[in-house]
Amino acid sequence: MSSETSQRTTERGRIRVSGFDVDRVESREPLSSWEPDLQSEEGRGRLEYAWMRFKRNRLALFGAATIAFMVVVAVFSRPIQLPGSFPVLAGQTVQPFSLAPADPANQNVLTGYRSPTLENVLTWPPTGLYLFGADWAGRDILSRVMYGGRWSLSIGFIAVAMALLVGIPLGSVAGYYGGKVDELIMRLVDMLYAFPFIVLAIAVIAVLGRGYWEMILALVVVGWLPYARIIRGEILSVKENEYVTAAKALGSRDRSIIVRHILPNAMAPVIVQATLSIGTTVLVAAALGFIGLGLSPASAEWGVMLNVEQDAIARGRWWAGLFPGLAIFVFVMAINLVGDGVRDAFDPQGDQTDTDTGGLR
Amino acid sequence: MAMLEVEDLNVRFYTDDGVVRATNDLSYRIEAGERFGVVGESGAGKSVTSLALMRLIDDPGVIESGEIRFKGENILEMDEEEIRSLRGNEIAMIFQDAETALNPSYTVGEQISEAIRFHLGLDEAAARERAIETLESVGIPSAAERYSDYPHEFSGGMQQRVVIAIALSCDPDLIIADEPTTALDVTIEAQILELLEEVATEFDTAIQLITHDLGVVAEFCDRVMVMYAGHPVEMAPVEDVYYDPQHPYTVGLMSSIPRIGDDRDRLQTIPGRMPDLIEMPPGCNFHPRCPYAEESCTRMEPQLVDVETGEPADPINSDAQTAACLAHTGELTGDLDYEVTVRGEGDLPGPDDASGTSAGVSDR
Amino acid sequence: MSGSEPLLRVEGLEKYYTSESDFIDRLLGRQKDVKAVDGVSLEINEGETLGLVGESGCGKSTIGRSILQLREPTAGSVYFKGQDITTLSDSELRDLRKEMQIIFQNPRSSLNPRLTVNDIIGEALDIHGIEGGVSRDARIKELLERVGLNASHANRYPHEFSGGQLQRIGIARALAVDPDFIVCDEPVSALDVSVQAQILNLLEDLQDELGIAYLFIAHDLSVVEHIADEIAVMYLGKIAEIGTPEELFAPPQHPYTEALLSAIPEPDPLWEGDRILLEGSVPSPIDPPSGCKFHTRCPRVIPPSDYDFEQEEWRAVMSLRHRAREEDIAVETVDAEEATLMEALREELDLPPSLTDPDAEQVVQEALRSVADEEFADAEALLSETFETPCSTDEPVLRQTDAGRVACHLFDPAYEGGTDDGTTTGDGPAAESAASGDD
Repeated sequence: MSSETSQRTTERGRIRVSGFDVDRVESREPLSSWEPDLQSEEGRGRLEYAWMRFKRNRLALFGAATIAFMVVVAVFSRPIQLPGSFPVLAGQTVQPFSLAPADPANQNVLTGYRSPTLENVLTWPPTGLYLFGADWAGRDILSRVMYGGRWSLSIGFIAVAMALLVGIPLGSVAGYYGGKVDELIMRLVDMLYAFPFIVLAIAVIAVLGRGYWEMILALVVVGWLPYARIIRGEILSVKENEYVTAAKALGSRDRSIIVRHILPNAMAPVIVQATLSIGTTVLVAAALGFIGLGLSPASAEWGVMLNVEQDAIARGRWWAGLFPGLAIFVFVMAINLVGDGVRDAFDPQGDQTDTDTGGLR
Repeated sequence: MAMLEVEDLNVRFYTDDGVVRATNDLSYRIEAGERFGVVGESGAGKSVTSLALMRLIDDPGVIESGEIRFKGENILEMDEEEIRSLRGNEIAMIFQDAETALNPSYTVGEQISEAIRFHLGLDEAAARERAIETLESVGIPSAAERYSDYPHEFSGGMQQRVVIAIALSCDPDLIIADEPTTALDVTIEAQILELLEEVATEFDTAIQLITHDLGVVAEFCDRVMVMYAGHPVEMAPVEDVYYDPQHPYTVGLMSSIPRIGDDRDRLQTIPGRMPDLIEMPPGCNFHPRCPYAEESCTRMEPQLVDVETGEPADPINSDAQTAACLAHTGELTGDLDYEVTVRGEGDLPGPDDASGTSAGVSDR
Repeated sequence: MSGSEPLLRVEGLEKYYTSESDFIDRLLGRQKDVKAVDGVSLEINEGETLGLVGESGCGKSTIGRSILQLREPTAGSVYFKGQDITTLSDSELRDLRKEMQIIFQNPRSSLNPRLTVNDIIGEALDIHGIEGGVSRDARIKELLERVGLNASHANRYPHEFSGGQLQRIGIARALAVDPDFIVCDEPVSALDVSVQAQILNLLEDLQDELGIAYLFIAHDLSVVEHIADEIAVMYLGKIAEIGTPEELFAPPQHPYTEALLSAIPEPDPLWEGDRILLEGSVPSPIDPPSGCKFHTRCPRVIPPSDYDFEQEEWRAVMSLRHRAREEDIAVETVDAEEATLMEALREELDLPPSLTDPDAEQVVQEALRSVADEEFADAEALLSETFETPCSTDEPVLRQTDAGRVACHLFDPAYEGGTDDGTTTGDGPAAESAASGDD
């Protein structure tokens, strides 16, 4: 470098670099097969990524498989006939299979309890009759457990679904609009949270009587609260995102903004909570059944079965309580595994490794 | 033997999307008291360099091969205890975001004292004294009072000063500053740069400054390494990089920055964008964006060579200007026909002569 | 400059936020206002770019959003194509959104990660019913290509693109409604150098092709110099100076512009400019300084005419006064006995051992004694009463000079203050003159 340019200067912008011609790059044929491609392959949304991560979680898959199995067993345990009130197809058998070895309602009061035995399994054709033994009325417990799954599982799914339908809109409105509406809804949530659940359940059932839908109502009345709170919290942070401002700048209406921009981005924690809640709902339904507030004592719902057999367990007829209890346990365990898997799958950190932080985040 | 010597460093990240080749055969050295700049855009691997120096690379990142010799000893072979006594004590780091670098639950003074107590073994009172001194030396007024303030009670610029104070507290020989002023306003940036300069001169600390801001580099650094896609593509004294760049990427960068006082109509750009470090273009990684690229550029990966002689560079032992481009090994048929003009002084000698003038460096 | 009505005219725009206060404060009416934008007026003509520069906290982002009515202004009017848009109803405003748009700083957070590019750009078309069916796809394709993206990527998600590409998608979204005016809120600050240049060129090309006017907000003067027809420099919610790049830079008039410019690092290792370092940091907008908001840091603050101050001495005295007001002097930690305490204090406060003007020196000594006794209010009162300067009492107004418009008393003929070397000449502050016209 010549010594003239080693002089200092106070003039700005005196260096100019020219000759780096962009057109030369753009107008020539690519020199190699390398294509400046996007950073990953074919459009994968967050949902797809989450599903892939979920699939890799063995425990979660095991849980999901278990639940699927239980659902299948429950559905196919006994034939399903459309009720008489159904418009055209009344009385038709929709589901003809009967996996259960015996009619769950088949009583044999004279024989009463029978302990579990493998003898029927070893005959030909093998049946599971009395594999779990028989209860106080001589009814096959295996069949009842299989059939009772219909009540317990459906209560879990339906109660949570309905709670979501109530909680999400209320929470969204509170979170998005803020102000008085927010105050109103949140104070309602606080009030309901303050009630002991059992008291509320007793109140509902005392007024409406025992029954399937009555129990679901009791569960929904408090079930919606966590979802409202969670989604409100999520919305408070999501709505500060710039893409929401961008949508407003485009002239989007509020309703459209909530549904299109805010909710999809706020849903993840709600979904996780809902999945885990299915388990707790089943437990609560069982508990209600156990204390006598649930379905009728004759039903095969697992909690009710436990209630009815309380004394028997104490007197040594362990099988009467073990198997329904085990069913509840397995289901809740499985749903918890699924719920954990869902939460891990949605973990937003997992999408891309940032080399700039040296790896571990 | 230079204070810091990095030789053939290779860092890989094994991710779901593939193997990220964060640095490839990276070699450079820093002398005591020198100010070394690492320039590049995001994704070039500059931060990884500094994290590797402090052995802060963690799963899924692995330092595959290479040596990092600090005062003669290979950092990569030290055990945990030795490394911990090195970090903060002899090699200190300054991050971009001062707010997250400071623990909000402890007072500022406490955070400095902690480092002092751990590394220098002083007792509480002595450590406090030294911490206050350090706070004063970074220009925090009423240092003794502000010793007991929490990070959130400081402004952004002041927080960065605190971070610098923590880095300085144990009198390190090397400070790695990773984009220390990027998040700051330009008037505060000026203050911080001035402070770093003072500190470097007074304590004779070497500084490795990592940044993408070419103005900061010009002002602050003695020597510069330009990185692209995990490779060093040019290494030279700072004046040469600005007045006589030898690699097309450096040329592209220099021509695309908006300069005050420059009367061009349109900014010259570099077309395309940097490849992700997983699937890189064959041969020279820069060829898809280089106006001077030819077929030979896709076949072999250019090594860093001395721009005058064409011999493979030895960054550890020589300060000569080096660039990784086939134009300097004579394999390019065309010329690198760009020009660097200085207003008021006519043209500088062209870049494609091997007999070009020597790269003299004036004192700072 | 044409004589016709500018495309956008902003008058006296104010945006105050109420700072966090609890219920009691609200009850007692003691909330403090954060004056993010405190009376800004500007104009943008069709097809031109106004650059708005300032540091963090100056209110530039707030102005952009307030103009678009994304944040409701506290006061002032915004005239777009002659119509005052602050008074429009929601649905009228929604229609107007076709003509004014915004591009954001952080491309990653301004695009919904759950939507594909198609959806993102399509939303703009759908809201206003611009195109439907096949022509909608064609239009999206056209937009993508116009901003330099590959149209086949329309079904991808934002996380798959690089920063520069995302910013292009944001630009395509803004263009979809065919606006006449776009607020560019720091559109290149988060991008790499080479990508920055690409986006700037793209914006310029679009302006040439489509005649769009820009309000280009940035903190980097070098970027703005390149793209803007006029530049406005903001400080703490007010405009300090407006002018074309030539007027503004050579040389800058307002002391803040001067300091800002000198702070920019030049990409030239042999450059050795005079760097003006401002002391302290930007004051909080909750409790801004009185008079000229910059006076607490201004290197050219006007000294009182009845005393004989060197500019540096005066600056130090002003800082003393300001720190006394903020009670920001830690006297206990300055250890010495009385006589040398004064010396130590003077050193701490950057005051010379003795001022040139003996009368002034006396007053300052007395003030220092008050400070030593921690009677900060007394010290401040003494200093502000004895040394009067318009910079701390009167707010400057934007005034036309031969090189743009400046809001600084140095350029106000009523004060006759300040030459380039900073010493005062002529009359003192026009205390009695109401003709200075400040509001």
